[in-house]
Amino acid sequence: MSIRHALLALLSEGPKYGLQLRQEFESRTGEVWPLNVGQVYTTLQRLERDGLVESEGSGGAGPQNAFTITSTGSDELNVWLRTPPDVVPPPRDELVIKVLVAMRVPGVNLPDLLQAHRRHLVQAMQEYTHLKSDIAEGEVELSLVVDSELFRIEAIVRWLDTTEARLKRLPARTASQGPTATPRVHRKIAGVRR
Amino acid sequence: MSPAVELRQVSKVHGSGPTEVHALREVDLSVRSGELVAVMGPSGSGKSTLLTIAGTLEEPTSGDVIIAGHQLSRLSRNDRARLRRRSIGYVFQDFNLLAGLTAVENVSLPLELDGVRAKVAQAAAMEVLAKLGLAERATRYPDELSGGESQRVAIARAVVGERRLLLADEPTGALDSLSGEAVMRLLRLASRDGVAGVVVTHDAQLASWADRVVFLRDGRVVDQTAPSPGPESLLAPGAKR
Repeated sequence: MSIRHALLALLSEGPKYGLQLRQEFESRTGEVWPLNVGQVYTTLQRLERDGLVESEGSGGAGPQNAFTITSTGSDELNVWLRTPPDVVPPPRDELVIKVLVAMRVPGVNLPDLLQAHRRHLVQAMQEYTHLKSDIAEGEVELSLVVDSELFRIEAIVRWLDTTEARLKRLPARTASQGPTATPRVHRKIAGVRR
Repeated sequence: MSPAVELRQVSKVHGSGPTEVHALREVDLSVRSGELVAVMGPSGSGKSTLLTIAGTLEEPTSGDVIIAGHQLSRLSRNDRARLRRRSIGYVFQDFNLLAGLTAVENVSLPLELDGVRAKVAQAAAMEVLAKLGLAERATRYPDELSGGESQRVAIARAVVGERRLLLADEPTGALDSLSGEAVMRLLRLASRDGVAGVVVTHDAQLASWADRVVFLRDGRVVDQTAPSPGPESLLAPGAKR
């Protein structure tokens, strides 16, 4: 997460002090990402060094100084807001690796293994939904953050469901038989080398 | 207090010989009043069969179904029908509202069929509709309602009167995500009022509204979630909420 750009976004509304920026950052992100004031001042110093903000006080990043976004800062913010985040998956998704490895481990009951992970994920979703059911209508920021987590975890549950259905269709085979097919070429999937 | 619905070692076999299909195998499930339980599993896992058996619409091949302390196999056909009419409400994916009746008439119909005077039944129906935020839509016909409103009317019909058991089969399947969320909030609200709810679904987001999620695979209950520890466990250390 870019604290740097989040602070630029807050300053785009007008000049603000460091402590005020911290409070507004937390309330805008549904108070789920706590930020310490040291991080705020360090980030402001870097932004000032890079010419993206200006300090109105005597210099430095003390509590007495208000910060203003520069036109370069506004340009940087607009470019960042419109730049799509990286959708390439992490190089080794831990759950995917576990399932792929488990397929080769003798004695592992794959449906049970998938179910253990499914239960854990659905429990996490229940907790998020519990949180969502208590959110007041006006707290839209927190709702957005919780929705995002719910959709992210749901996608993993759906992957587990699809995995189970795919494995069910396969003819039974033993671990000693090895892989069903060796890839003849090294194909790249979304930047991940097979 | 006895559970609102209890399935004991319930099995259901369709067909016989080589075409025999075991839809449910020795299922135990108990749901108390005030509890919302989701039954989650892939297509063909036995979810809908479980719901129709819990709702007395189908009989198990073996095992017992107990609703509000009544063992169904010991009840006469008429007593079973009466129990079904008075105690159980159903919610389906496609709402199943009668097109020729208004919202309030759809909701009051089960009470009227059970012998309640029309005026009393309509007053009870209005009260439930108002509770679900639909007072102003009460005189509309189903084709004048949105999908979300139709499902809310169906929930009102399912909980009107003395119904203590609410059974729902993929109730948000035909709705967009926010309308689906509104429906799940209402089911949760109904359960907080003391209704026992069972929702069957393959959808994890929908299931996550439940107090407990039971997983069904190949007709067997294979697992269930622990009661929720509450949202505090989700947040990063130092977070305020």
